[in-house]
Amino acid sequence: MNRADQRKAYGEELLSLARENENIVALDADLSASTMSCFLEAEYPERFFEMGIAEQNMVSTAAGLALCGKIPFVNSFAVFLTGRAYDQIRQGIALPGLNVKLVGSSSGLSDFGDGGTHQSIEDISIMRSLPNMTIIAPLDAVETRMAVREMVKYNGPVYLRLSRSELPVLTTEEYPFEIGKVRKITDGEDVTIFANGIMVSKALEAHSELKKRGISARIINVSTIKPLDVEMVRKYSADVRAVVTAEEHSIIGGLGSAVCEALSTEAVKIKRIGINDCFGQSADNYEELLEYYGLTVSEIVRSVEEII
Amino acid sequence: MKELIKELERKSVQIRKNILESIGINKKGHVGGSMSSADIVTALYFYKMKHNPAAPDCPDRDRLIFSKGHSVLAQYAALAEAGYFPREELKKTKTLGSILQGHPEIRTPGIEANTGSLGQGLSIGLGMALAARLDGLKYRVYVILGDGELAEGQIWEAVTAASNFKADNLIAIVDHNKVQATGPIDRHELGNIKARFEATGWETIEIDGHNMEEIVSALDAADEVNGRPTVIIAHTIKGKGVSFAENKAAYHNNGLTEEEYRQAVEELEKLHIEVEGR
Ligand SMILES: Cc1ncc(C[n+]2csc(CCOP(=O)(O)OP(=O)(O)O)c2C)c(N)n1
Repeated sequence: MNRADQRKAYGEELLSLARENENIVALDADLSASTMSCFLEAEYPERFFEMGIAEQNMVSTAAGLALCGKIPFVNSFAVFLTGRAYDQIRQGIALPGLNVKLVGSSSGLSDFGDGGTHQSIEDISIMRSLPNMTIIAPLDAVETRMAVREMVKYNGPVYLRLSRSELPVLTTEEYPFEIGKVRKITDGEDVTIFANGIMVSKALEAHSELKKRGISARIINVSTIKPLDVEMVRKYSADVRAVVTAEEHSIIGGLGSAVCEALSTEAVKIKRIGINDCFGQSADNYEELLEYYGLTVSEIVRSVEEII
Repeated sequence: MKELIKELERKSVQIRKNILESIGINKKGHVGGSMSSADIVTALYFYKMKHNPAAPDCPDRDRLIFSKGHSVLAQYAALAEAGYFPREELKKTKTLGSILQGHPEIRTPGIEANTGSLGQGLSIGLGMALAARLDGLKYRVYVILGDGELAEGQIWEAVTAASNFKADNLIAIVDHNKVQATGPIDRHELGNIKARFEATGWETIEIDGHNMEEIVSALDAADEVNGRPTVIIAHTIKGKGVSFAENKAAYHNNGLTEEEYRQAVEELEKLHIEVEGR
């Protein structure tokens, strides 16, 4: 499978949008070489703000820029952006509904070496609890580009969650991306698997494995976690025997929780796959960690077989 | 004194070798900031601090916190050398299940606080310094800060608080290597660091952070300060001891190729011989 870097796709797309829209500016806290805001920095140094390692100040500065008509893209690792600067996001951006784009890089377990301090298992949960916040976790580099374009068209706060790892490319530019809409990846009759990020590719692999075992799985990409496409989530859950969710995030407060909330009035069995309420840790590589925390093809297959 | 300095210099070469061992070949590792702190860490563990590897929880031990937690490889290097855990653990740094994580965690023997999200260590150190006073204990708390890290607002909240509480048992050490993750720290000017601490009532000492004599006398001088906290601003070189990594942001958190690793080991061997000849 062809793989590509979401961060690079983001950085390139941001630059190309900045060429067309002079209101786009970027802020970073000494991580631009990793978040890839460095592309914009190189071409438009005056529209790039190196804020130093000071995330709280960076987020509130972005609020000020937005209040004066700019479209600030705020960059850092997901864990520091949503955690360190939480109150600045809550009070200064979400509450007034400002047009600030928060880009959380190196999310989930993708910063495998740095360990629990750097691995964001709760960023979606934190952001999801904020009224007015839109949350997008694209599944690959191509969807990332489309999401960045839509984020600029959309007026309001958005949290974009990106991986540090190269992810399998599953979509093309023809793939219809719309904020707030789920997308069907495969159709099936027995079970619906709602997934996002890297877990969509895992679900696809599980799909072939399940097929061999006579189970037909529908896979739905839920890249917008908020606002959730409740209508389609309900529709895709109504005609199957069970629902499984899969995400590279804590099972508390993320995609699984959102789907459970949407289906709380329906009679459907749901099994959530995610990180089971524990912090991450260091490892030699990404796959090893995904394996350790049960974010695997075999875990999806096992869960589906167990629940249907 | 001369013998002591030579002994410490010898140790610091070993600490740097240990850092390399933790980083390994073709893996990512914070080479730059660990190497720049190596001499300071050596002087703390093998000269200044009262500590006992056999009783790591002893209440009146001196404490060292790496607020710039990514450079913890230097602390692991010293802890292994002092006998807090077997040397073999170094090779397992940052592997699944290792006691040596990418950033400091208190479950590792000798590690005093969880850090890694920059800007928090000085506040934690202040808490420990205040606890010493409540408990009538004489221990000191040393906190190593990065110069890029000084951009975090929380550091300056801690600076003001420590001064308010007259925490003279709290000693901050700025590893002033002038480089952060993405380039030189003047990407985001910090102004006059010394003046900023002084304005808040701190005692300030400025030294060459690779000159063992200066490190030792600065640490001794900090003992004599009464009624206010001390900061030692140590001018250092990011990546010090590994020539190709020196002063380079590219080696902030980078892997070493087999060739680079071999060269680094060779350079440290040479340094070792040079120190012996002093
Ligand atoms: C709150 C927070 N923001 C960002 C980072 C990512 N980060 C790790 S090290 C580093 C640069 C540190 O520079 P400096 O303090 O000068 O340390 P040194 O040069 O000594 O390694 C950055 C931005 C982090 N660990 N924590």
